[in-house]
Amino acid sequence: MAELAAPLPTWRRMAANGRVLWGGGFLLFLALVALFAPLLAPHDPLEQDLMLQYVPPFWAEKAEPGFVFGADNLGRDILSRLIHGSRIALTVAIVAAFAAGLLGTVLGLLAGYLGGWVDAVISRLVDIWMAFPAVLLAIVLVAVLGTGLHSVIIAIAVIDWTRFCRVVRAETMAQKEQDYVASAVTIGLSRFRILVREVLPNVVPLLLVLLTLEMGIAVIVETILSYVGLSIASDIPTWGGMISAGRQYVHQAPWLLVLPIVCVVLTVLALNALGDGLKDTLDPVMRK
Amino acid sequence: MSAILDIRDLHLDIVASRRRNHILRGVSLDVRPGEVHGLVGESGAGKTMVGKVVLGIAPPTAQVTGGSVRFDGGEITHMPDRARRSLMGAGLALIPQDPMTSLNPARRIGDQITDVLRLHLGMGAGEAGERALALLRDVHIRNAGRVVRQYPHELSGGMRQRVLIAIAFACRPKLIVADEPTTALDVTVQRQVLRLIKEMQENAGTAILFVTHDLGVVAKICDRVTVLQAGRVLEHGPARRVIEEPEHPYTRALMKATPRYDRPGDLLEPVPPALVDELNAAAAAYDRERAGA
Ligand SMILES: Nc1ncnc2c1ncn2[C@@H]1O[C@H](COP(=O)(O)OP(=O)(O)O)[C@@H](O)[C@H]1O
Ligand SMILES: [Mg+2]
Repeated sequence: MAELAAPLPTWRRMAANGRVLWGGGFLLFLALVALFAPLLAPHDPLEQDLMLQYVPPFWAEKAEPGFVFGADNLGRDILSRLIHGSRIALTVAIVAAFAAGLLGTVLGLLAGYLGGWVDAVISRLVDIWMAFPAVLLAIVLVAVLGTGLHSVIIAIAVIDWTRFCRVVRAETMAQKEQDYVASAVTIGLSRFRILVREVLPNVVPLLLVLLTLEMGIAVIVETILSYVGLSIASDIPTWGGMISAGRQYVHQAPWLLVLPIVCVVLTVLALNALGDGLKDTLDPVMRK
Repeated sequence: MSAILDIRDLHLDIVASRRRNHILRGVSLDVRPGEVHGLVGESGAGKTMVGKVVLGIAPPTAQVTGGSVRFDGGEITHMPDRARRSLMGAGLALIPQDPMTSLNPARRIGDQITDVLRLHLGMGAGEAGERALALLRDVHIRNAGRVVRQYPHELSGGMRQRVLIAIAFACRPKLIVADEPTTALDVTVQRQVLRLIKEMQENAGTAILFVTHDLGVVAKICDRVTVLQAGRVLEHGPARRVIEEPEHPYTRALMKATPRYDRPGDLLEPVPPALVDELNAAAAAYDRERAGA
């Protein structure tokens, strides 16, 4: 741990921050669930058993042992489907957020650092982009690209890079004026190297916060796309797909709708808590 | 002896929203190899701007409208980027004013020292790391092995300024611009850092353009001094002569006006506003004359 000697105060601060703890803890738990889904799921999430149709969760009277959260309209185990659904949710959250982050950060760094016409072009592009309603744009994009995991991820990245771009641009402009950048110039470093090696590390804390918040957004967008049937093929369990299906049986079996919604909400809350907590703990150190 | 830095009749304007402010009005000074040359004057005189022009870091709004700056025999005012970069840090370096903000907060001290060594001396990581430790010891940092792994926020202001001094001297430049390098530090630390700069300068034989408003500092370490007011040189000469027998009334007033850490008990008298007004009027007249000519 000697290597981490310097950021230690930051780590301590994070560990002491309640939101970082619960957000990060929940996400770690979710990541493990997703990773070991086949081992953890008590049943095959696709296995249908008409004898088990609408079996209620364990707290209800007619619950079936071994089916903790009951079964759906086709008699599939809800818990196993929720567990497997976390895989899509997390994959989309991570890959889409990073893709959006990469695109937005590169453009934001260039706009903020180079200024001039580069900034003018990129900023104009951001303005135009943000004038479109995001969810509609996502639906149109997926409709054009065709459904599937790839399309969902591309749609989210293509829409949400602007969030990163705007914030990173502003931060880069602020960092560029700092004395340490002038120092770097006076030792003869090139402009490009100063951007990548000097400025970028100072933007990273902010990026972490943005990435976390963007992951939450990606989970919601994926849910919406699944809900409207534009996401993943229907034989792969997703939370959004479960919500969409559960809506039709809300009177017979409300848990079919409620349980996946709880999963989405908890995940998004955890991501937001982690993002806010990180903002509190990282900011003061890096900005001093 | 030919000067290492030769500034001749330097004129600089700052252009902001159609206003053109004359900041440097024909500044001339020369720094000889191995000498410490003081550049003194009140805040706003243009001292920092002279240093920035020499270092090539004047803001984009600044325009050099006349004169020349020669370093080691070559003109450096309108140097191509690449040539300028190979000079910076190698032949010409900076000790900045504010050590609290002049190091990168997100990078380890060691990396910030090895950058300049690897860039200009072609050292590998291992060799540069060794040299960084040696440099930290040169600036009297005791636990150098630990400091190279630390981040700036873990060090005091004095320590950070020592690190910046180590970086400035790393490639044994011929000239260092030091812009009020002790102003941001505690009084007790100021003295140590000043002594350190003098020691390093003598050992390396580096010339320093030492920007300061503190005449006590001038008395202590400068060989010669140039007095700047409103972008004009009012007086220059050997430091001792200028301090003991100032010729210009402004220099005399400045002597009485600036606190001197080597004579803390002295009573201070502000520079008479009438004198400043008179000099500023003269500067404005100079501008008109130049515009008319
Ligand atoms: N970036 C800038 N933009 C506009 N004016 C500036 C800028 N930097 C300095 N100036 C002006 O140039 C003059 C000289 O400033 P400076 O060289 O910092 O003085 P000193 O270092 O002697 O205190 C001042 O009048 C100041 O207002
Ligand atoms: Mg200054």
